[in-house]
Amino acid sequence: MTLELKSVSRSVQGRAHIRPTDLMLERGTMNVLLGPTLSGKTSLMRLMAGLDVPTTGQILWNGTDVTGQRVQDRKVAMVYQQFINYPAMSVYDNIASPLRLMGKSKAEIDRAVRETAELLKLTPMLARKPLELSGGQQQRCALARALVKGAGLVLLDEPLANLDYKLREELRVEIPRIFEASGAIFVYATTEPEEALLLGGNTATLWEGRVTQFGPTPKVYRLPADATTARVFSDPPMNFVPVVKSGHRLDFGGLAKAPAEGAHAALPDGRYLAGFRANHVTLDKHSGDAVELPCTVAVTEITGSESFLHLRHGAEKWVGLVHGVQDLAPGTAVNVYLNPTRIYLFDADGALVAPASYALAA
Amino acid sequence: MAQITLSKLAHSYAANPNAESDYALKEMDHVWQDGGAYALLGSSGCGKTTLLNIISGLVRPSHGRVLFGDLDVTDQETAARNIAQVFQFPVVYDTMTVRENLSFPLRNRGMDAAYIAGRVNQIAQMIGMEDILNRKARGLTADAKQKISLGRGMVREDVNAILFDEPLTVIDPHMKWELRTQLKQLHRQFGHTMIYVTHDQTEALTFADKVVVMYDGRVVQMGTPEELFETPAHTFVGYFIGSPGMNLLDATVSGTIAHLQGAEIALGAGYGPLKGRTQIGIRPEYCSLTDGAGLPITIRRVEDVGRHRIVRADLFGQPFNIIAAEGAGISPEMTRVAFAPGKISVYADDWRVAGGAV
Repeated sequence: MTLELKSVSRSVQGRAHIRPTDLMLERGTMNVLLGPTLSGKTSLMRLMAGLDVPTTGQILWNGTDVTGQRVQDRKVAMVYQQFINYPAMSVYDNIASPLRLMGKSKAEIDRAVRETAELLKLTPMLARKPLELSGGQQQRCALARALVKGAGLVLLDEPLANLDYKLREELRVEIPRIFEASGAIFVYATTEPEEALLLGGNTATLWEGRVTQFGPTPKVYRLPADATTARVFSDPPMNFVPVVKSGHRLDFGGLAKAPAEGAHAALPDGRYLAGFRANHVTLDKHSGDAVELPCTVAVTEITGSESFLHLRHGAEKWVGLVHGVQDLAPGTAVNVYLNPTRIYLFDADGALVAPASYALAA
Repeated sequence: MAQITLSKLAHSYAANPNAESDYALKEMDHVWQDGGAYALLGSSGCGKTTLLNIISGLVRPSHGRVLFGDLDVTDQETAARNIAQVFQFPVVYDTMTVRENLSFPLRNRGMDAAYIAGRVNQIAQMIGMEDILNRKARGLTADAKQKISLGRGMVREDVNAILFDEPLTVIDPHMKWELRTQLKQLHRQFGHTMIYVTHDQTEALTFADKVVVMYDGRVVQMGTPEELFETPAHTFVGYFIGSPGMNLLDATVSGTIAHLQGAEIALGAGYGPLKGRTQIGIRPEYCSLTDGAGLPITIRRVEDVGRHRIVRADLFGQPFNIIAAEGAGISPEMTRVAFAPGKISVYADDWRVAGGAV
């Protein structure tokens, strides 16, 4: 089972919603679409489902062209951000409804409904109406209805966005388990990098209607192909600063210097954009070659176990995520440290030209 | 600006409440300081919105009083309470310019034109909108509109309090960072009393000086982010704060030792006889995988979250989470878990029991 997109694009009234996209999704894989609002996640899913017709390109299901085929004729299930259930039907009947439409026998339906309800921990609620359930249970019911059909392609469009933080956490842990039991191709849209990482599988990062990178989730996270992907796949956003590389040295706008080694040293001398993630900033000088970066504190946010430092380094705005409670007053001058093996270098067009060397080992 | 006092406050939506379960809000006594940044944190149905609505005057409490400073406002309507509110979704006038939107509350109160101009510029600068002040609000993104709502909430200097009801829900993660930082800076600069309702622990912890955690109509703990993390007063706080939350294990406690399925764990503090269900709690951040000392565990799964890894395991048949640093080696020989000394909390019937000196 495969879903293949070949140069698929979609424009509406001359505006490009999805730029030409090639993607190959395999059976039994979890595929995350990660990007901010309006980056094209929902548009891409609607094309995959057959709810919209592409302006250019082809969609192949197991190698067969299904580009013009209606959604009703495809084996597709979709779950939305809003919990969509039939309010007048019991949970049992909600889950059974797609099977009844397919004309399955009563015994078959009963077995499938009970199996799916068990998987989604809905067995005790089968007799209840959706509105008598919590938000998390309502979304479980919608998920069950999507799964029970045995669809080859299951599309989940920010399914946890309307749930409380803790319920989201619970379902996030369960979704990979549910998905492993089904064997379908899963596509899951989210705006949150951490959600993508927890789901694992593959991730496609989206920005302004373009898939900027597609690959195994941890790899896209640690080896982003360009600065846009790095930004989309970092929360807090990746920190950037223009640097000048000469020989074995990176110059941070005259304010700091870092050693350039390995792939960094091999680059031609010149101007680059350096990027590093918030969690790689520290307050203590952990090693001899750590880069010392003079900053000013704009605001500190304390989470209890960690502190987010919003920093100004010259004209740059950075965020550092450091251990412990660091209650630094706004305006405080502080030196932060960065291990040079955590620095990514991008060229003037934003393409990654030298990865952070730690990422190659991870 | 004002200190807010909640005196013997309780609320029931039922006409004749008698059982405790009839109360959406159980009785509480709190004083919230003038100029403080408070977050009301809890899951849906915990009573946080009821409490916010009582403070804003949308709901009249069935029991107790609300005071702003020395003034009893229990029977005052919202409009008389001199508060500003920011809601989950942007409320802006599309046909007005950004400037007109921001100045609206000031013009409404007949403030002097020169003062309005200066104040609006100051707010516009804080929310990064000074370049588009003369643009109509129509056609702006949801993010930009919510920024206007936030700015308008802050524009009056004389309000008793500013109330925020899940104000960042519709905002993208990256924009959330920016707006949260701005809110924090605005708080530092103007010193308003702020009350912020959310179900998102990160928002609550990073915004507030004091987080008020609510569970089942009750305030289970009011404390700094550090207190909530280090010494959760109730098992719910342990579970709700932190991602994943605190590990909670049924155990018997005698003196300085917890007994867990035959294993002994040193608690680092002494405890007298405990009543009810006793549990020990330890945060995943304070647990480490070892190949030597510690209790035997079975690893079920390791999740790479980027900046660290979450090890999902079983400890004596109970689910148990451990946070391991990015890049920390996890080998098949690591079949034990060790606890950081002094980081174990003891709970009796869900409430934390303070330990005595050993």
